[in-house]
This record gives sequence, structure tokens and C-alpha cells, in this order.
Amino acid sequence: MTPLLSVQGVTKHYGARLGCGNVNFDLWPGEVMGIVGESGSGKSTLLSCLSGQLAPDAGKVVFDTRAEGPRDVLTMSEPERRMLARTDWAFVHQNARDGLRMGVSAGGNVGERLMAVGARNYADIRAQAIDWLGRVEITEDRVDDRPRAFSGGMQQRLQIARNLVTGPRLVFMDEPTGGLDVSVQARLLDLLRGLVREMGLSAVIVTHDLAVVRLLADRLMVMKGGHVVETGLTDQVLDDPQHGYTQLLVSSVLQV
Amino acid sequence: MTDQAYNFAYLDEQTKRMIRRALLKALAVPGYQVPFASREMPMPYGWGTGGVQVTAACLTPEDRLKVIDQGADDTTNAVSIRKFFERTAEVETTEHTAEASVIQTRHRIPEQPLEEGQILVYQVPIPEPLRFLEPRETETRKMHALEEYGLMHVKLYEDIAHNGAISTAYAYPVKVEGRYVMDPSPIPKFDNPKLENAAIQLFGAGREQRIYALPPHTKVVSLDFEDHPFEASKADHACDLCGCGTSYLDEVITDDAGGRMFVCSDTDFCATRQAQGHRGALSPQEEYA
Repeated sequence: MTPLLSVQGVTKHYGARLGCGNVNFDLWPGEVMGIVGESGSGKSTLLSCLSGQLAPDAGKVVFDTRAEGPRDVLTMSEPERRMLARTDWAFVHQNARDGLRMGVSAGGNVGERLMAVGARNYADIRAQAIDWLGRVEITEDRVDDRPRAFSGGMQQRLQIARNLVTGPRLVFMDEPTGGLDVSVQARLLDLLRGLVREMGLSAVIVTHDLAVVRLLADRLMVMKGGHVVETGLTDQVLDDPQHGYTQLLVSSVLQV
Repeated sequence: MTDQAYNFAYLDEQTKRMIRRALLKALAVPGYQVPFASREMPMPYGWGTGGVQVTAACLTPEDRLKVIDQGADDTTNAVSIRKFFERTAEVETTEHTAEASVIQTRHRIPEQPLEEGQILVYQVPIPEPLRFLEPRETETRKMHALEEYGLMHVKLYEDIAHNGAISTAYAYPVKVEGRYVMDPSPIPKFDNPKLENAAIQLFGAGREQRIYALPPHTKVVSLDFEDHPFEASKADHACDLCGCGTSYLDEVITDDAGGRMFVCSDTDFCATRQAQGHRGALSPQEEYA
């Protein structure tokens, strides 16, 4: 079996400062990888490099494409990469407003990816949009409302529906539950976990919330100062942290 | 006085050459927006500065010019641009579509079919069809380059979702030769099928500094959905002056008690028909006419 995403020696410098250094990992089909670390540890830089939004200084990001097998995303032409980004990939932003078109109705937001890959039948597009809104627990009567009229949690769920409608195989998530209150977070996590398992998605989730990775991620990578300091199965890393920083991180979680 | 004060057709020869280069490129790549160094013209932006520059670059002393504004030959914009070229180029002008070799238009295509050898110049306020969907110009250029036009259908989707039908009535987006999506300037969508014709069609946007073009007989397809096909709509009425049931109509309010009449927006077309003896519902009685 080939890994869906194989990251080899990805390094990104911002001038003299290190963004992320020599990151290696393989992501297997159906696997969810969590990346945790404090602010400035390079996790968002890494995610941007992986998703083709930022060009790393060195390294390879090999994605197992449907048509041609494993290919280095970084050497792909831009049209190919953008095509990949709206078919096989999805990107869930921390702030739903970055990932949604705020002036377009919920149905239009979900339908955009379908229309971008050539759907030209209004009734089909609308039916799929309503179906997906239902899956993320947004009722049908909100399909023509603009995301502005939605609460933060609904916006985030709408963003997820919009991303998953084309049936991607790999989802990048940047703090998907950041900025939401805890009860909404719990519902969103529940939803995400259901969707990820049901669709057999692979995902890379960047977060600083250990509870999120405990629930969602199979494997965990801990970053500090641009370097990966510890990797392993999520439960193993969280229950038996080896590196000093991981120990600090785990012991810093507030208990109720 | 004008002989010494201005070069032929107002613009200097270098400027016209620059515009002609842009025009040739635009004709070579139909629907592609070619940047050009738009000049200040002696009229405000929004009054047709782009169209005037394109017309100036195309005119020869032998040309006969027609200028229309929303189909009419006698409105302020049309009259002042016509006078402008009468003074600065001393070309002949006409109001008859068939007699004109260059027609500058604001927001209409003449009803009478255009012929080979004619040039139709459009005044374009906003050349970028994706402008209100994606505000970043860097991004829209990339979308044109990579042929990513899904967003254009999002606009039509929104129309249907909110209004039950595609309610975009003017500036209706078209796809040119299966490649570039183009804004046909704010012509009514009734005119969209007429974009496929025998004339050379040039689009000039002065403020936005863009020129694009359609060579004769270029394939132009209006975007739509399979289950909501494009429809060239017009007011469901016949012209009250010439009785024509197939021309594009203006609605004219005649009093403050709900009185109204529909008349052809193309004044030359309407006048020609009336001269041929056609009469509409509100035409004057024959003995007074």
C-alpha cells in the first residue's frame, strides 16, 4: 500500500528565522494525523506548505493522485495543483469567513465546488447542497440564507459541508474548533468524527487543543520551534509523553 | 481651427498605434482582456472614454460614423460623441445602421443585422465579468488563465435560488469560442444572441484600461444551467409607435396615473419602420401624422 501523502524533509525559512525544519511523515489512507504545538511552533507553516499555499525551501510532498499515482505536489504545475485543491483536497480554515463566500447563500457556497468541476444542472446542485447541509445539521429552510445570518458554529459546519461535497480524500484543517464555545465545539467534533469515519477521509489537523486530537486523531505529531519533537499514536503520546515539552503540554491542560 | 489644434480623430498617432496593437491582440485572442494605456479624454469616465479611444483608433477619413446610446441616436451621450468626431475627425455621420461603417454603441446592439465590413464599438464600464464575485484582480486574472469559471455559475445559481429564474437581465456573461468568459458590456440579454454576427466587435473600457474583441462570426454562448436554459427576454408587448413585436422595447412613463407606452429602444429601426408605413397602438391618427 502506498501512503496517501508522504512528506519528506519539508523545510521553510522566513529569512533567517525557521518556519518549520525537516518534517517527515507518511499519512495513510483513512488516517487522521494531528499536529499540536504552541503558537509559533510552525504548525500552520507546515500545513500551508503541505496544502500548496506556501512553497517550502526544501523537501517533497508526494500525494497519491487518482489518475497518475504518487506525484510531488510541489513540482506540479499550478493548474494541476489548483484542480487537486478543489477536487481531492479540502481545506477547513480556522475562521469560517476565510473559507466561505459571505455574499453567497449557503446553497451557493456548497454548490460552488460542484460547479467548479463542471456541474451544470441546477436541480442536482441544489439537491446535493441540501443533502450536505443536512449532514452537517443545517436545516433545509436555511439553504438560501447568507452565511452572515449564521452563528459561528453553523458557519464552521457550512464550511465543512462546502469542502466535503466533492468527496475529497484528504482534508487539511487549521484549528477547526478555534473560536467556538465548548458545547458547539463538542457537537462539531462529534460531527467531524462521524464524517471522517463514514467517508474514510484522511486528514491533517492542526490545533493547540489536545482534546481535539484525542478525539479525532489516530497519530500525533508535537512541534516546537519549527521542529517535530515527538510523534506516535495519539493515546500513547498523550498518556506517556517522552519529550519534556510534550510533558509540559499534557500537564498544562486545565481540568474542570 | 480644429485642423491645427487636433490630430485627426483627436488622439495623436502614437496613441492610436498603441490602441491598434491592443485591438489586434484582442482580435487574435477573442474574449481576452488586453491591457492598454488608456488616455484621459475630454469627457468624464463612464461617458464612453474607452469606446471613444477605440473609435478614434479605427476611424479613417472615409468612414461614416453612427453613435447610439441605449439604442437611441438622439440622447446626450450619443449626440456629444457624434459631434466630437464631427469636429475632430470631420467624418460623415449617419443615423442609419446600414449606412454606417463604424458604430459606437452604449449598451445596445442595433436591431438591423450588422454586415461584413462594419465595426461595432462598445463602451464598457466594467470589463471583468468576475469582478463582483472575486474582488482581487490578481485572482480573476489567474482564473481566466486557468479557465476556472465555476464561480460565474454561482452567480446564476444565486439568481435562481432567490428569484426562481436567472434574473440577470443585462451584462449577461458569455463564453467566447469555448474559452474566455466575457462581459458583453451592459447590453440587455435580449441582445446576447446577436453577439454572433458578421461585424467586427470591439470593446473599450477607458477607466479600467482594457480592450477586448470579437472577430466576425465568433461563437458566443450565454452561460446557463441545463434545467434553466438561457432565455433572451424582452417586455411582452409590441412597439406602440411602429407595431414591431420582435424588437427590444423601452418603457416610457407618460403621466402620473400609471400611463405608459412601449417603444423600440432602437430609434433608427423604429423610424425606418414608421416611414415604411408601420403603425403601433399609440401612433397618431393618419390625418394628423
